[in-house]
Amino acid sequence: MNDHVIHGLYMASAACFILALKWLSAVPTAKRGVLTGILGMALAVGGTLLAPEIEHYRWILVAFAVGGLIGVPMALMPMTAVPQRTALSHAFGALAAALVGTAEFYLGHELTTFKMAAIGVEVVLGFLTFTASLMAFGKLQELLPTRPITYRGQNIVNLAVLAAALALTVLLVLDPGKTYLFPVIAALALVFGVSLIIPIGGADMPTVISLLNSYAGLSASAMGFVLNNKLLIIAGALDGSSGFILSIIMCRAMNRSFTNVLFGAFGQVQPAAVAGEQKQARSASPEEAAALLESANSVMIVPGYGMAVAQAQHSVKELFDVLTEKGVDVKFAIHPVAGRMPGHMNVLLAEADIPYDRLLEMDDANSELPQTDVALVIGANDVTNPAARTNKASPIYGMPILDVDKAKTVMVIKRSLNPGFAGIDNELYYLDKTLMLFGDAKAFTTQLVKQLAGNSSGGFH
Amino acid sequence: MNIDQLLSSCYVFMLATFVGLEVIRRVSPLLHTPLMSLTNAISAITVVGSLLIAGRTDQPVGITVLGTVAVAASTINIVGGYLITYRMLAMFKKRAPHKP
Repeated sequence: MNDHVIHGLYMASAACFILALKWLSAVPTAKRGVLTGILGMALAVGGTLLAPEIEHYRWILVAFAVGGLIGVPMALMPMTAVPQRTALSHAFGALAAALVGTAEFYLGHELTTFKMAAIGVEVVLGFLTFTASLMAFGKLQELLPTRPITYRGQNIVNLAVLAAALALTVLLVLDPGKTYLFPVIAALALVFGVSLIIPIGGADMPTVISLLNSYAGLSASAMGFVLNNKLLIIAGALDGSSGFILSIIMCRAMNRSFTNVLFGAFGQVQPAAVAGEQKQARSASPEEAAALLESANSVMIVPGYGMAVAQAQHSVKELFDVLTEKGVDVKFAIHPVAGRMPGHMNVLLAEADIPYDRLLEMDDANSELPQTDVALVIGANDVTNPAARTNKASPIYGMPILDVDKAKTVMVIKRSLNPGFAGIDNELYYLDKTLMLFGDAKAFTTQLVKQLAGNSSGGFH
Repeated sequence: MNIDQLLSSCYVFMLATFVGLEVIRRVSPLLHTPLMSLTNAISAITVVGSLLIAGRTDQPVGITVLGTVAVAASTINIVGGYLITYRMLAMFKKRAPHKP
């Protein structure tokens, strides 16, 4: 009887998860989606606590309390820290799957070939995602160097570690009695997770985080195969497909393939082509820039990771307000890989209270940019580089970019002319229509706001 | 696990993946960060397997410890994941009607 109730609850829970994701597709229904997701999780936990296998609750309550105590502060982090927070939670999710797989193995109840294979997948995916996510966290939090670290034969070493882990897993599946293999497999998976992320640079983090999201989901699904629990399979598959879609979108937005992201070590400093003419960039003062912005009818702001680093989003909101008040049509152009995770810029700007109907996706922005008076680039670099359209020799050739160079005037707030993260020179900076605004993104934006506010108090209109 | 269970699990996995692909393809890029934090919370469904291990008595202490740590790790994602998703969504506002 109890069993049927549990199955009913699990089924309702799975339906809730699907509806939660469906409602998340658009802003007006998104909150309902989250609440439905919470309901689904409550049904799942409630149903599980009814199960006869659970005989005592002491440690469970302790674990709930500890999880809550760590989970709440993790939810209250500022939006700039969301990428590293996400990486950390992928690590926790994968750890849970790996530990349960380990426990199932050592409990050793009916380790049939199938069950053992599922445990193998769960444990290998879980442990490698655990360390890979911790490494991603370290890089995003800048505890580790964010530049890719490469050495000769790196890919061969990495693939050898993975191949060894998989080969030993096959041996263990064929004979689950060889328990001594298990710790070796776990260790290899942990090592592989670390070595997978070492060569990956910050600009590739959106793809990597999405991929880890997918792995964490697949390990949960594998747990469902082990426990013969359909709810786990469904929830894990939803998560797995979500991470998969996001990583495809990210790869497309960079015109790169999965293998290229994982094994290509993008973002190494190219031997800079010093050859040739000394190009000249024009610069402008805050006064000049403010005057141009004020006389524009339309302004497209192009934010990038640099805006997040400088914590400039609130000054950008002030700029948005003061320009809007003067009747300037201000919009934001968001490149899919701007920032360190999918959708990062949107959340930052929403946090700064910028209305979301002002945020344009790449295609919409590109169709408006040719009619835009001023494109103002704040902390974005490679996603605005026209070389991606024109220069076949450029490493970013073919990458979809924001056609900032088609606006009537371009302004770029930047500390210096140094090339960006990927080490690629940006010819946008040397165009006749481009004005370089040298300075810190936040400081410069604040100066612009001051200038604009000052002009209006002078009462000239 | 016998072959029948494996097969039906495979069917469920396949169908759920297709549902996931269809549903998630429709999510606006605007919401990709909340999407990831929500799926993160949903993948904390690992709590089910964790609870089944943490709550048993007829097993070595080591296993109970593994289960308990797994419950804690999953709970972090449940609490943290749903809460931050809700926080993010509360920030997405349409333009306020123009102030007079």
